[in-house]
Amino acid sequence: MKKLWDTFFNGIINENPTLRLVIGMCAPLAVTTAVANGFWMGIAVIFVLTASNILISALRKIIPEQIRIPIFVVIIATFTTVADLSLKAIQPDIHAKLGVFVPLIVVNCIIFARAEAFASKNNVLLSTVDGLGMGLGFTLALIVLATIRELLGNGSWWGIKLLPASFEPAIVMILPPGAFVTLGYLLGGLNLLTGKTGEN
Amino acid sequence: MADKNFLPNQGELLVSSSPHIRAKETVDWLMWQVVIALLPAVVISVYFFGFRSLFIMMVGVASAVITEAIVQKALGKAITISDGSAVVTGLLLAFNVPATAPWWLVVIGSVFAIAVVKQTFGGLGYNFINPALTARAFLLAAWPQYLAGNFPLPLDSITGATPLAILKGTAAGTLPSYMDLFLGNVGGVLGETSALALLVGGLYLIWQKVIDWRTPAAFIGTVAVLTWVFGGRGGLFTGDPLYHILAGGLMLGAFFMATDYVTSPVTPKGRLIFGVGCGVITVLIRLWGGYPEGVSYSILLMNLLVPFIERWTAPRVYGVQTVRA
Repeated sequence: MKKLWDTFFNGIINENPTLRLVIGMCAPLAVTTAVANGFWMGIAVIFVLTASNILISALRKIIPEQIRIPIFVVIIATFTTVADLSLKAIQPDIHAKLGVFVPLIVVNCIIFARAEAFASKNNVLLSTVDGLGMGLGFTLALIVLATIRELLGNGSWWGIKLLPASFEPAIVMILPPGAFVTLGYLLGGLNLLTGKTGEN
Repeated sequence: MADKNFLPNQGELLVSSSPHIRAKETVDWLMWQVVIALLPAVVISVYFFGFRSLFIMMVGVASAVITEAIVQKALGKAITISDGSAVVTGLLLAFNVPATAPWWLVVIGSVFAIAVVKQTFGGLGYNFINPALTARAFLLAAWPQYLAGNFPLPLDSITGATPLAILKGTAAGTLPSYMDLFLGNVGGVLGETSALALLVGGLYLIWQKVIDWRTPAAFIGTVAVLTWVFGGRGGLFTGDPLYHILAGGLMLGAFFMATDYVTSPVTPKGRLIFGVGCGVITVLIRLWGGYPEGVSYSILLMNLLVPFIERWTAPRVYGVQTVRA
């Protein structure tokens, strides 16, 4: 049981894909202009990651070593298509805003990394928990990034105006430079909090 | 050594064997020389844009200095606000906003310049791009309503287009005369309008050997040649180089921003390349780009190329030969 919890929290804190491993950075930088975008992007990734982890883990004994990458691609692409079309049906507005970044989950580094490093070596239960933890870590990172950016760049959170009308939003925060600056300070701040600075 | 702020990590310096040559140039001396050289532009700006201009400049300097002190205190570093570098950054940032800018815009710009661009990367000497210009670019992207479009016209409470916007045809208005451009009697941001004041300050810095003549000469020369060749509407060689030199932020950029020690090359040849590159990008933006003025972006882009320019132009060490196999 402890191993399950450890695996779960590993993806959220110690090996948070966005804020710790800093992999698959395309979507976190591009879609976090609004909290709703970040949330739905995270949900799509949780689904694809968990589902492909389960399937790859279940098939791990019969996947030939030499052609494992093409097989991973087929599995991940299948679930990405499911996620893409489902999102289009449930949240057409959000789907339009996320644009190409939902189909791009298929080449997302995080999902490949978990398939290769975890799901193909561990049992189905552990892989499920790992997919959920990693996906949740990704989603939380996106929501934190998007909260800062939407609040400063638009004065709102999930579309609700929080700051008074006299606040003039800094448009730069919802433009690409705002994403890089915010991410840089988040990474630095997390390293500072956890004592992982350059010296040690 | 008396020059306590000569290098940031003084305690780690080793004393080499003699001769110990001492120069009068310390960081403090250089930075206060720049402040002196900026004073004519300050005076002209207050004359043309009123005391609102002085207020904006004081807000810029004060917020830059306070931010530097707070960040250095928080990071446990020695507080070096007396070296004047934050004063220069705050003043140059204030020079880059129009007199109508709200005071909080200047404060945010100063905080961004000092805290994000300068201190995050290690403080004076470690920032890879010009703090004041980066803050200007940040403010322009964040609140374009205050930094683009119409600017206050001098000696007047109305606003109008800048000469370069009129020249480009993106705004209506009559072009000011050469004399108005030279003296600074045109619309624009606080510090850029008076070519005369900036020229006086720039020549003072060159005379005091604070800045190298190569960067501004190459920068302004390139803009002059390229606007003469390509700037006219009637074909090649019909442009008006004098107008392009006097209008916009070219003087301010060429003398005070492209010559920033930290973010420009140290080699003489490198400085020429840097100036020419700034000139080319400025003209590209002015003549064919989306903005009427390109001085700030040209300097920022060339700042990023400085490590490469220095690698290309590194002088050969005396007595060292490359061995060919």
